[in-house]
Amino acid sequence: MLYREAGQFKTSYGADQQIFPIRQDRIAMAAILAFFFVGVPLLANQYWLQAILVPVLIFSLAALGLNILTGYAGQLSLGTAAFMAVGAFAAYNFELRLPWMPLPVSFVLAGVVAAAVGMLFGLPSLRIKGFYLAVATLAAQFFIVWVLTKFGWFSNYSSSGVITTQKMQILGYAFDTPVRQYLLVLTIVAVMAMLAKNLVRSSTGRAWMAVRDMDVAAEVIGIRLMHTKLLAFAVSSFYCGVAGALYAYAYLGTVEPEGFNLDMSFRVLFMIIIGGVGSILGSFLGAAFIVLAPIFLNVTAHGLFAGNIPAGLASNLELIVFGGLIIFFLIVEPHGLARLWQIAKEKLRLWPFPY
Amino acid sequence: MSARQIGEVILNLEHISLAFGGVKALSDISFDVREHEIRAIIGPNGAGKSSMLNVINGVYRPQHGAITFRGRTRHDMNTHQAAAQGIARTFQNIALFRGMSVLDNIMTGRNLKMKHGFLLQALYWGPARREELAHRRKVEEVIDFLEIQHIRKTPVGRLPYGLQKRVELGRALAAEPSMLLLDEPMAGMNVEEKQDMCRFILDVNDQFGTTIVLIEHDMGVVMDLSDRVVVLDYGRKIADGTPDQVRNNREVVDAYLGVAH
Repeated sequence: MLYREAGQFKTSYGADQQIFPIRQDRIAMAAILAFFFVGVPLLANQYWLQAILVPVLIFSLAALGLNILTGYAGQLSLGTAAFMAVGAFAAYNFELRLPWMPLPVSFVLAGVVAAAVGMLFGLPSLRIKGFYLAVATLAAQFFIVWVLTKFGWFSNYSSSGVITTQKMQILGYAFDTPVRQYLLVLTIVAVMAMLAKNLVRSSTGRAWMAVRDMDVAAEVIGIRLMHTKLLAFAVSSFYCGVAGALYAYAYLGTVEPEGFNLDMSFRVLFMIIIGGVGSILGSFLGAAFIVLAPIFLNVTAHGLFAGNIPAGLASNLELIVFGGLIIFFLIVEPHGLARLWQIAKEKLRLWPFPY
Repeated sequence: MSARQIGEVILNLEHISLAFGGVKALSDISFDVREHEIRAIIGPNGAGKSSMLNVINGVYRPQHGAITFRGRTRHDMNTHQAAAQGIARTFQNIALFRGMSVLDNIMTGRNLKMKHGFLLQALYWGPARREELAHRRKVEEVIDFLEIQHIRKTPVGRLPYGLQKRVELGRALAAEPSMLLLDEPMAGMNVEEKQDMCRFILDVNDQFGTTIVLIEHDMGVVMDLSDRVVVLDYGRKIADGTPDQVRNNREVVDAYLGVAH
């Protein structure tokens, strides 16, 4: 079956406005979802689930959040990790202080708290743009981590702010095995990615992109800049907050504020730059690349040079190759991996004909 | 000519003065715009024409003066109010959303009319979906009107200049404005493109009854299209009247051709 839209006629605007207007895309998407929901739990071992798939999914969600803010609404942010920390600590405190609260509700409320904090730190965006805004969000990064460390209440007075998350349980069903945790994370990420996709193709998403591309024209059309930018900060931080809660609950189990440092914010920023700024798919590709590439290089390096060169040199070589790969991809396609995929699809639509 | 009737005054500008620091962009300008008419603003470069449009739709706030639109007098407009009351505009330098397709650009013109909240939109369900489709239908009417069906899914950045101007007009029309402000809609176009654009402007005025305020440098276009012309020079109004009156006005000729000393 060739990848073609020829012969698939749209007879209503409803049909033309579907998420995947081309039938082959719908089939591929269904296949991918089926693979990750059914195939992976059957095939993957504990290491793959816990150390690779779960973090990739969680970082995809965080990258999705940042992409909404930076890629769609055009507001550069360096506070991603801090908003994730807010989500993680909020979920912890909801579960700790209100033990009857169902876990999904805690996660949603954690997202809401992160959204509120995000809006607060989004206020400067009404006055400043670009790099200057990035510096303002940098303040959020340091301030939030400092607050979480300084005030013991947030970590229930544990030493140095370390929290150990409660067991994950929904309606008496415990998410205690890697497979179950993986499926929980996958479900949340899949649903939220779907919602994000709908949002960015709605009038809200168009307002964000309008503000990103030409704010004066957006204003003249009647888009309220303040409302639009703050909504972008809120939705973005909500996603980061939920990602942070999952990071604490489903991935590490034990986190401290210092874990959500500037380094992590930069990693998420690299994910969207490599994956594709302003692309839902790009968030996933970027997260997969940034998480998987070092692991892949590490395994390769051990396979190739095992015993031949010192271990220190080997790990430095990994970093060098990783950096080189990032530069290579940015030169080949500055618009990210998602754009490469899009170009491939456009070529595939014509293949095997030249025009 | 068409059967359109020029109606009452819907926009009245009184004693508008606007200064940026020491630079006086507009000083004490008054004129009015009647319903359904095509009103041109002309003048040499730097005369304050674009500033005038920016005052009308609230991008700039004049230091002095009053703006009466549809019976309500204000000291200044704000952009959101202006858009909500049916004032749309295009820009001198194309101000399209470059990362978006033609369809999305024109859909954005209808943003103000889309009422459902973002939560419902995230679900793309029920009322939000119906609303989106209803607006899509309206946008397709605009696309048909401007004859740009073949490029509706193209990113605007890839379009040639003339078509971008047309898409920008489409975005303004999508809001179904009662007053359309056009800032040099024909700048940099060749003769065929200008003719197309003139036809669209006349059709908009004729079919939808939209009041049009137009800035243009091509005198042939201005004299043929407009009902009344106001002439600015160095931020002052130097003439106001029908194209014929303006054409024969001494001060206007001096402003354009210079004065012998």
